Amino acid sequence: SAVRPNPKEGRKMEKMIVAMQDPDMGMKLRNQRLLITVIPHAMTGHDIIIWLIHKYSVCEEEALHLGGMLVKYGYIYPLKEPRSLVLQPDESPYRFQTPYFWTSTRWPASELDYAIYLAKKNIRKQGELMEYEKERYSLLHKKINHTWDFVVMQAREQLRASKQRRKADRIVLECQEQAYWLINRPPGFLLFSSVVLQIEVHRRALGRNRVKSSICLEGFYSEQYQNHDPIMQGCLPSNPWISDDTAHWTMNTEMVPVPTRLRVERWSFSFMELLNDAMGRQEFMLYLEKEFSAENLYFWQACEEIRHGESSKIVEKVEEVYKNFLAPGAARWVNIDSKTMDKTLEGIKQPHRFVLDDAQMHIYFLMKKDSYPRYLKSDLYKNMLAKAIVPQETKKSVFPFMRRQRHSSPSPAQAVAQATEEEGRHKGAG
Amino acid sequence: MRSPLSPEMATQEVPLNETLAHLKTESETLKLKLEEERAKLHDVELHQVAEKVEGLGQFVMKTRRTLKGHGNKVLCMDWCKDKRRIVSSSQDGKVIVWDAFTTNKEHAVTMPCTWVMACAYAPSGCAVACGGLDNKCSVYPLSLDKNENLAAKKKSVAMHTNYLSACSFTNSDMQILTSSGDGTCALWDVESGQLLQSFHGHAADVLCLDLAPSETGNTFVSGGCDKKANVWDMRSGQCIQSFETHESDINSVRYYPSGDAFASGSDDATCRLYDLRADREVAIYSKESIIFGVSSVDFSLSGRLLFGGYNDYTINVWDVLKGTRVSILFGHENRVSTLRVSPDGTAFCTGSWDHTLRIWA
Repeated sequence: SAVRPNPKEGRKMEKMIVAMQDPDMGMKLRNQRLLITVIPHAMTGHDIIIWLIHKYSVCEEEALHLGGMLVKYGYIYPLKEPRSLVLQPDESPYRFQTPYFWTSTRWPASELDYAIYLAKKNIRKQGELMEYEKERYSLLHKKINHTWDFVVMQAREQLRASKQRRKADRIVLECQEQAYWLINRPPGFLLFSSVVLQIEVHRRALGRNRVKSSICLEGFYSEQYQNHDPIMQGCLPSNPWISDDTAHWTMNTEMVPVPTRLRVERWSFSFMELLNDAMGRQEFMLYLEKEFSAENLYFWQACEEIRHGESSKIVEKVEEVYKNFLAPGAARWVNIDSKTMDKTLEGIKQPHRFVLDDAQMHIYFLMKKDSYPRYLKSDLYKNMLAKAIVPQETKKSVFPFMRRQRHSSPSPAQAVAQATEEEGRHKGAG
Repeated sequence: MRSPLSPEMATQEVPLNETLAHLKTESETLKLKLEEERAKLHDVELHQVAEKVEGLGQFVMKTRRTLKGHGNKVLCMDWCKDKRRIVSSSQDGKVIVWDAFTTNKEHAVTMPCTWVMACAYAPSGCAVACGGLDNKCSVYPLSLDKNENLAAKKKSVAMHTNYLSACSFTNSDMQILTSSGDGTCALWDVESGQLLQSFHGHAADVLCLDLAPSETGNTFVSGGCDKKANVWDMRSGQCIQSFETHESDINSVRYYPSGDAFASGSDDATCRLYDLRADREVAIYSKESIIFGVSSVDFSLSGRLLFGGYNDYTINVWDVLKGTRVSILFGHENRVSTLRVSPDGTAFCTGSWDHTLRIWA
C-alpha cells in the first residue's frame, strides 16, 4: 500500500509536474487512442521517460524509477490499466491528474487529522490527553480555529462509526492509530526551555575560535586511506562478500602470527589507529618496555577501563590506579606534571568516572608526541612492516556458476562462554 | 463553538506566549550574528579544494546477500565487530541476529512492543540492545543455549517518556547512549540502569545519534525533528555546537572517519557535511531529480564515499569531496530505512520496509 509522501516530497513532485506541463519546455501532449476512444491531452510512457532523461540529465533506469514515483503517488495516471500504478516505458497512454486531487492541496491534512485524533481522545475520556497533547490541542485550536466545528463533527462521526465495530477490532484500530500519531505527529512547537538553551548555545558559539575553511578542508583529502577502502580499491586476497572466501577475514583477525602489510601501515597514520588495533597496541607495549616507559600505556588503559566501565566498580578501580601509578613509590609510577598530579590527588578523594581525565590526557599526549614517533622509526616497527604479508589476489573462479560453500564462524558469544567455562574449571581445580 | 480546555488554562497561556515570542526573537538575532561570523572565515568551498583530486571511476556494487525473515518493515540494523554478524529490528517487534555471510539466523526475540526503531550490537558481540514504542532500551545477553528464551535474561536499562529512536553502546558493553521522541538524549550505566547524564536542547523529537571517534572520545552528535544537529559533551551534558541548515527533519547523522566532521541525511532530500573546526556546513549533496527524503547515511572506510538510503527505495552514492553523485543503486521494493557500512568497510547493509535486509559490495 502506498504511504503518503511527506508534504515536502509532495511539493517537489508537484513542481516537477508543473515543469512537465510548461507550454515551452514541457511535454508535447497529443491525442491518444484508447480502444475506440480518442483521449485528448495525453502522453505515452515512453515520452515521459525521454522528457525526464533530458530535463534532469539522468539515465533511462533512473528516469523510469522517477516517473514511476509520479505515477505511484497519483500525479500521473495510466489510461489503459487504471489499477496498475506503474510507468510502462512504451506507447501506453497516461494523463496528468487534476490539481484538486494533489496531496498538498488538502492542507493541512496532517494537522487536521491530528486535531481530529486529539478531539476524539478528549471526547472519549475527558482528561485523557497527555501534557504535551493538551499543549498541542490548544495551539491547534488557535491555528485552525476556523475549521474547529468541522474537527469536532468529524471526531464525533468517527467515534460513532467505531462504536459499531467489534470490540476487538476497535481496540486494535485505536492502538494502531495511537502508534501512528506517536511517530507522525506534526512538527512540535518550540518548548520554552529549548529556546532558552538555544540562546545559550548561540552565545557560546559566538565566543568560540573558528578555523578558516581553507585550512580545515585541506585536511579532508587524505590519500593514504583510499588504498585501505575495500569498496573503492578492493581488498586482498578478495572481498569475502563477493568471492564467498573468508581468507581476508582470517588474515586480519585480532591476533595473527603475521599481520598484513596494509594493517601495519595503518598504524603509522595516527596514534589512535595504533592503539585501536589490539596487535598494534601489543607491539607498542613491547617497544615501551624496551624504553622503560610501559607504565604510561598501562596507566592509560586503566583509565579507559574506569571511564567505560560499570559505575559500581569506579571507587575500587580508582583506588587500584592510585596504588599502582600515582602513590609515592608506586610500582608503575607515572610522570605527570605537578599541577595535574596535585589536582588529580585531590580529586580522587571523591572518585567519579572522569576524575582521572586530566592525568590520562597528559599521558596520552606524552606518548603521542614522544614515544609514538620514535616507535615508527624503530627497528621493531620496521621489521614488522618488512615481514608483513601482502596477500595474493584470488583470481576469479574459472567456473563462475560454482559457488563456494559459505562456512559459518564461531559466535563471539561462544568464545566468551568457553573462556568463562574454562576459568570456572581452573578455579574448581585449585 | 466548544472550547476544548477549561477557561483557566486559556488565560494562563497569554503571558507565556509573549515571553516565548520575545525569547524566540532573541534566539533568531543571535543566530544571524553567528552566521555572519561563520561566513567571515569561509574562504573556499570543498569542491574547489577537491579540484586537484582525481575523479572516481565507474562504480559496480550489487546485492550480495538478501536476508529474509522479518515479517514486517525493517526499521534498524547494526553490525557486530566480527564484521559479518548483524542485528536487525522490525515493526512487528522482532529482533533478529544473523550471520549475514551465511544468511543464517542465530537468535531471535520478540519484544513486547511494536515498532522497534532502535537496535545496537554490543562491542563484545555478546549482547544486543533494542527499544521503540515501549519508551525503553533493553539489553539482551546472547545465549548460546538454543532452548533458552532470550527474553528471560532481558535487562531494562533506559527509560524515556516517549519512543526510543536510536541507541548505541559506547566503547564498552557497560554504557548505552539513547535518543528519544521526548526530545532528549541520555547516557546510562547498563549494570544498574542508572541515568549518568541527560542532554537537553532539542526542541522536538531526537531521531538519531552517533558517537565521535575522537582521541578524547567524549562527544557525540544528534539530529532531530527541529532540523538541528547538535554536538554534545558527554561529561557535562552541554551542547557545544549546533547546526541548523536543513529544511526538514534530520533522520540520520554519521561522523566522518577522522572525527573532524559529520554528515546528515534529512527529509528535505539532501545530505550535508558539517566541519567541526570551521563550525559550519561545508557541502550539500543533492540533485534536482532526487526528491524523496534520506533515511540513513554512512561513509565508506576512507570517507571518500557517502552512502544514502532514500524513501524512494534507492541508495545514492556520493563523492564526498567533489559533491557529485557517483552511482544510484536499485533493488529494494520499499523505503530504505537503515544503512550501515561494515566495520572493515568491505560492504554495507541496508534494511527496508520491504521486510528484507541486503548486503551490498
